[in-house]
Amino acid sequence: MSELLLPPEHRYAKRIKEQLNEDGSELSILNLGPTHPATHGIFQNILLMDGERILEAEPTIGYIHRAFEKIAENRPFYQITPLTDRMNYCSSPINNMGWWMTLEKLLDIEVPKRAQYLRVIVMELARITDHIICNSILGVDTGAYTGFLYVFQFREKVYEIYEEICGARLTTNMGRIGGFERDWSPEAFRKLDVFLQDFPAAWKEFENLFERNRIFIDRTVNVGAITAEQAMAYGFTGPNLRAAGVDYDVRVAQPYSSYEDFDFIIPVGKSGDTYDRFCVRNAEVWESLSIIRQALEKMPEGNDFHADVPDYYLPPKEDVYTSMESLIYHFKIVMGEVPVPVAEIYHPVEGGNGELGFYLVTDGSRTPYRLHFRRPCFIYYQAYPEMIKGSLLSDAIVILSSLNVIAGELDA
Amino acid sequence: MALETIQIQDKLTETFGENVSHYSQEKDIFSFEVAADQITAIILFLKNDPELRFHFLTDLCGVHYPDNEVNRQFAVVYHLHNWYENKRIRIKAFIDGENPQIRTISNIFLSSNWMERETFDFYGIDFIGHPQLKRILNMDEMISFPMRKEFPMEDSGRTDKDDRFFGRTTDNY
Repeated sequence: MSELLLPPEHRYAKRIKEQLNEDGSELSILNLGPTHPATHGIFQNILLMDGERILEAEPTIGYIHRAFEKIAENRPFYQITPLTDRMNYCSSPINNMGWWMTLEKLLDIEVPKRAQYLRVIVMELARITDHIICNSILGVDTGAYTGFLYVFQFREKVYEIYEEICGARLTTNMGRIGGFERDWSPEAFRKLDVFLQDFPAAWKEFENLFERNRIFIDRTVNVGAITAEQAMAYGFTGPNLRAAGVDYDVRVAQPYSSYEDFDFIIPVGKSGDTYDRFCVRNAEVWESLSIIRQALEKMPEGNDFHADVPDYYLPPKEDVYTSMESLIYHFKIVMGEVPVPVAEIYHPVEGGNGELGFYLVTDGSRTPYRLHFRRPCFIYYQAYPEMIKGSLLSDAIVILSSLNVIAGELDA
Repeated sequence: MALETIQIQDKLTETFGENVSHYSQEKDIFSFEVAADQITAIILFLKNDPELRFHFLTDLCGVHYPDNEVNRQFAVVYHLHNWYENKRIRIKAFIDGENPQIRTISNIFLSSNWMERETFDFYGIDFIGHPQLKRILNMDEMISFPMRKEFPMEDSGRTDKDDRFFGRTTDNY
């Protein structure tokens, strides 16, 4: 039978032939994915199983590889944000802002304080939606659909805020070099206020449903545990690393966009298992809410929403039609004719899943010479076979879901 | 005491001499070039030295420089991070364009396993000693290395789109 599933020269096929259990049963192969609904994305794992236990796993990735790094080498700088959107599409504003900040570091552009705070707000909103998805889907995978239904409407509310800010919902393409494309509307702030009012109660309810739930605890405690040393060796960052007890967070280690102005704690776990990952994400949502409130409170007066950099920032449309200078700038920026120094830049931001880095090499031309995305998912997903070794098939699903592997980010 | 870049530089010159060169501070990251055949020794030293402690591999990727002389046409770029002192460094190792080879560091940093596979997949750089060096994002049947500069992004037979009108030529990478 196994010949039908795998080429006979595959090492698993060989092992099945060689290894026969004492009771006469034989090992089997199970294809988890590539399009299994429980994997929430397109990746395949060939599992070698002994009954319900997983002996070994071989992941195959790349099913939605779209060659973003190659495309980026052929696009002017401002056309690269739409590519970053499609990496971790659960929190695209973080990717967008990370890319703009990379360019601002390259060009030495100082973004006004108010725009930085607006960016912090939108990045924290994105983190909340990212964690909403991860944790509520983890609930679904353990058999608890209710929590998902309670909190998922709030992702919708956040998307409405995005819509007010940039017009898009999922793949936001938000911001410009030096700030935002337009000032936030009063409606955006109103929706944000409503969200800040309604969401905490729902999130509290969600937490109550799970944190002391016997079934949930049985399904998650000591499932997919990873030690801090192992996690670091495998390149874990973000909530998954913090669940193992290491308090590394780019927002604190290397503050960007004025994160140093806010007071927040980095929640850490202890055992690095699925339950800790769940709790760390829960706690991070509270911290994100607190950061958003602080940012709104400390928001500087005025209406600065972008830096004054006419070489890189598009002039207002009404000027383009009436003044020659604006028309020239508009044309140059749209055609990608902007002055860019020859340099190498690495800029990290704390994405929903960990350190999202942009390594940019420029040669002074209109496009990046080389752009590499450090995608946290891609790096920590290699630990997955190790983490599910010896566990049950149903645990493998839960572990995958608690790692929050986003196919778009995995494959870029 | 915080870890100063001059300390890193002194230690490296003391231990590896000529094999580490081109020290420079590029914006917020201290970077240098290393001789490709010394890469494992240098990375191991940076990781295990009690003062340097660059214990975390942030990133590993390749870059193609087809205009360089033939023995410097590919670069493998490593970003290391010391979390104790919060210090980042960038290491570049230039390798030969005809037969790009470098030793793997997957026995030093487990996380480099897939990053090296990705680099191999895109650039065809052979990481000697890698446990499972095969394509990761592209399909196994592929014969070219798509991130090399000579690889066209689009089908060169297309006639409906003339890039010259947009300031690009078809061989403009």
